[in-house]
Amino acid sequence: MTDGQDKHLPSGVRRQVLRGLCAVGLAFPAAPRAQSVTGTASPPAENDRLVFAYGERAGQAIAPGDLALGAEQVFAYPMDPLTSEVRNGTRLNQLVLVHVDPAGLSEQTRARAAEGIVAYSAVCTHTGCDLTDWDTETKRFQCPCHESQFDPSDGGRVVGGPAPWQIAALPLKLVDGMLAVAGEFEGRVGFQQPGLDPLGGLGT
Amino acid sequence: MNDHGEYRSYCGTLCALVLGLVSIPAAAQGVADYSPVTDERLRNPEPGNWLMFRRTYDGWGYSPLDQIDTGNVAGLVPAWTVSTGMTEGHQSPPVVNDGVMFVTTPLNSVLALDAVTGDTLWQYRRQMPFDIRLGHPTNRGVALYGDKLYMATSDTNVVALDAATGEVVWETVVEDYNGGYYMTGAPLAVNGRIMVGVSGGERGIRGFVAALDSETGEEVWKSYTIPGPGEFGNDTWPGNTWQTGGAPTWVTGTYDPELNQTYWGTGNPGPWVGDARPGDNLYTNSVVAFDVGGGAITGYHQYHWNGSWDWDEVSAPLLIDITRDGQTLPGLVHAGRNGYLWLLERRADGIGFVDAEPYVNHNVFTRLDPTTGRPEYDMERKPGLDKRATFCPSLHGGKNWPPAAYNPISGLLYIPANDNLCTTMAGEEVEYRRGQQFVGTDIRETSLVEGADHVGELQAWDLDSGEQVWSHEFGEYSNWGPILTTAGGLVFLGGTADRYFRAFDAGTGELLWRTRLNSGITGVPSSFAVDGVQYIAVQSGWGVDAAGSQRRVDGLFGNPETIVPQGGVVWVFALPRD
Repeated sequence: MTDGQDKHLPSGVRRQVLRGLCAVGLAFPAAPRAQSVTGTASPPAENDRLVFAYGERAGQAIAPGDLALGAEQVFAYPMDPLTSEVRNGTRLNQLVLVHVDPAGLSEQTRARAAEGIVAYSAVCTHTGCDLTDWDTETKRFQCPCHESQFDPSDGGRVVGGPAPWQIAALPLKLVDGMLAVAGEFEGRVGFQQPGLDPLGGLGT
Repeated sequence: MNDHGEYRSYCGTLCALVLGLVSIPAAAQGVADYSPVTDERLRNPEPGNWLMFRRTYDGWGYSPLDQIDTGNVAGLVPAWTVSTGMTEGHQSPPVVNDGVMFVTTPLNSVLALDAVTGDTLWQYRRQMPFDIRLGHPTNRGVALYGDKLYMATSDTNVVALDAATGEVVWETVVEDYNGGYYMTGAPLAVNGRIMVGVSGGERGIRGFVAALDSETGEEVWKSYTIPGPGEFGNDTWPGNTWQTGGAPTWVTGTYDPELNQTYWGTGNPGPWVGDARPGDNLYTNSVVAFDVGGGAITGYHQYHWNGSWDWDEVSAPLLIDITRDGQTLPGLVHAGRNGYLWLLERRADGIGFVDAEPYVNHNVFTRLDPTTGRPEYDMERKPGLDKRATFCPSLHGGKNWPPAAYNPISGLLYIPANDNLCTTMAGEEVEYRRGQQFVGTDIRETSLVEGADHVGELQAWDLDSGEQVWSHEFGEYSNWGPILTTAGGLVFLGGTADRYFRAFDAGTGELLWRTRLNSGITGVPSSFAVDGVQYIAVQSGWGVDAAGSQRRVDGLFGNPETIVPQGGVVWVFALPRD
């Protein structure tokens, strides 16, 4: 139960899962697959700074001006501002950032944005691939595996392909002019595996 | 309280005892008298059994059963069905050993079933790590050996289960899924070795075939399909590109017991366009022969060099005797994703080229060397970095992974083909990021050959004459149907988005029977017999690349998207009983 995604579930939900599992006498895999939920695999926390995940500036803090309006996504990780530890111990913490036109933002998305920058989980909700593609015409994330599309201006909702629901959003703010985390993920990070529904116990 | 403490407080001792189980014996009925699978049985399976991916080591997909034939197949009816509880692409064959059936599903569950009644005997469910990338959520089946069965998993393990109970006997991590590796193919069992291949050609892997000890799971050998420094062929890769060059091996190999060699197809190089890695890029897009004992590469034939079209040649060649100039040759036959039908010769010291010709619209190869088979290219049809090119067949190829079949009675090879599709593609620079997509393409569009009225085909070829004998067209549907052929003179396949499962006359191509299933069929059909009754079995369950391909084809013909509900079901058919 210490596997990566579980820590993203609200604690109440997690308890329900555990109760359900105990009731039917089933269990998750043993320790070899488990990951620590502390340290670099712990989820984004308020005031974490955002840093580049890749490239020459990997590990450096990101300012709103680093993202051009309408340009393809930048991959980022949260960084603990106290320890300067980058939370890259699990890909479930990986984020995609884009600068979108503030005029086109839904109300909910505007509340999560910082100077037009929005952040989402980089994990597709269909089968867990990385959202590495960007549709330059429609300004949408696209999954390279099965072509699911998500609208960053409208809560990361599904606008094409087989994905079942929106990608998880991470609220942002500015701290000392740099991008920072304003709250927990809103929505579930990752994808639902058939036959195993973390919210409803083991499935059919 | 940390999560560990919270866990203990809610689960207590009972859960702690069961923590770690990944097998869930649903019915716990088990198998009373399981018949161990020997090397002799794998080499010469009883007519009523289907003991491996294509039933026999030669990869024919042929059943010698003939109770169901051209005269009575129209009366075929369902004997029983069972839902798998899974969505996405169901591709594995129902493997049957003396009345016990084993099927695998996406996400690596295994169902053991009474092949006559459909009773569930046990079920294994695997729990994937939550951070896995399931690029192709599918699995192509089990291997049987001794009293165990073996499955390769999406998180790059091989798991051995007790065939009678479903309990885990051993489990071996073959590679790290975080590095872009995953496994979808059925293992191949030979002489106490369990051989497996890998996926990840789009994620910067270095492909290989590995052999594990059937009893312990320990790795016996691991042979890379991209040579390392100092090995023959490493100089066909510039710099360190060999480390991330792809060459996956995601379809089960075939095996020649006389030569003790196993033949595996290899997939595309990465990134996709060739000028990102100038050179032949051995052994991508090839057939590679391995010595089963130690894993040494004993021969290869590269179908096309410096691949730039995503034409994985992962399908293993079929072992078929072919006649040329009055001589019978031990052949290797491969309907390539590149749209050519390849005839090769297997030898103790290598693989020879015999002949090749296109079986679908193809516009890239301008000439084949008559001795080696090496193609020359129309460079206008070869995409490159910032270079746009249109090529046919499309990146999904003349034939993708669904296996062809050979019927020794009709003497014909049956190919599940897709014709008249082309792709326009341009490459771009891409940075390697461990485990992520490593393709490097900008534009990717599909188009139809001008005037084309169909895509999917079932083709029948006479290999000795080199002639296509008949072809059935599936109109505005692409064909993703693995093929079964039988001594009853029949060819079975599904493969189209209209959800039909069909039987054709193997000699003439006449459609003799069809029935609609719950979902599209990309499962490998099999046939078996128990107590003198022949059955035809197949899994339905649409998904993965077939679904994406059909969406594009719908658009090309101006059709609304074909709705194909997902959900796996095992179907078993038989003739009506009096």
